[in-house]
Amino acid sequence: MSMADRISARLTQGFQPIELVVVDESDQHHGHGGWREGGGTHFRVRMVAAAFAGETRINRHRKVNEALKAELAGGIHALALDLKAPGE
Amino acid sequence: MADVQSWIDNEVKSNDVVLFMKGTPQMPMCGFSGQVAMILDRVGVAYKGINVLENDEVRQGIKDYANWPTIPQLYIKGDFIGGCDIVREMYSSGELASHLKEKGVATKSAA
Repeated sequence: MSMADRISARLTQGFQPIELVVVDESDQHHGHGGWREGGGTHFRVRMVAAAFAGETRINRHRKVNEALKAELAGGIHALALDLKAPGE
Repeated sequence: MADVQSWIDNEVKSNDVVLFMKGTPQMPMCGFSGQVAMILDRVGVAYKGINVLENDEVRQGIKDYANWPTIPQLYIKGDFIGGCDIVREMYSSGELASHLKEKGVATKSAA
């Protein structure tokens, strides 16, 4: 399973998102810090989930970081997050 | 550095605006750190940049301090504000400038 698939699976399971887009942007960071041959290091996630309603930005990020703890510790170098509640 | 957590705590609390980053404000070594430095420059606020690449204890210590797994990390008046995504969103919406004003931190750019 690719890292993007692992991220999608974790987030789908953890948040039942209304919208989820996981983009592997590793190629755009070719040669930069943390980049590795074969990709799977730099990601962008856009997710809309009811779990974010009424939560601060920091708490939204914390929830996602917690769900992806294993992935952040083992492979992800950069993770850009755009997290919204429904209707935002 | 005997106790990195108290060193970090002191830096965060004795400076109005602190950015823990990879590289320096003049020469960021990471795109995300560079974006936050650029935003702070645009807002026109003075800040202290701390290069985590110079010290592995600080690099890990700051992640533990805020319980936040990534760098950069921005602090204003002792409070953790967020990383690149959050700072960028707050800049776009004008919240960053209003937050600084609320906290009594001077900015150069006229409102």
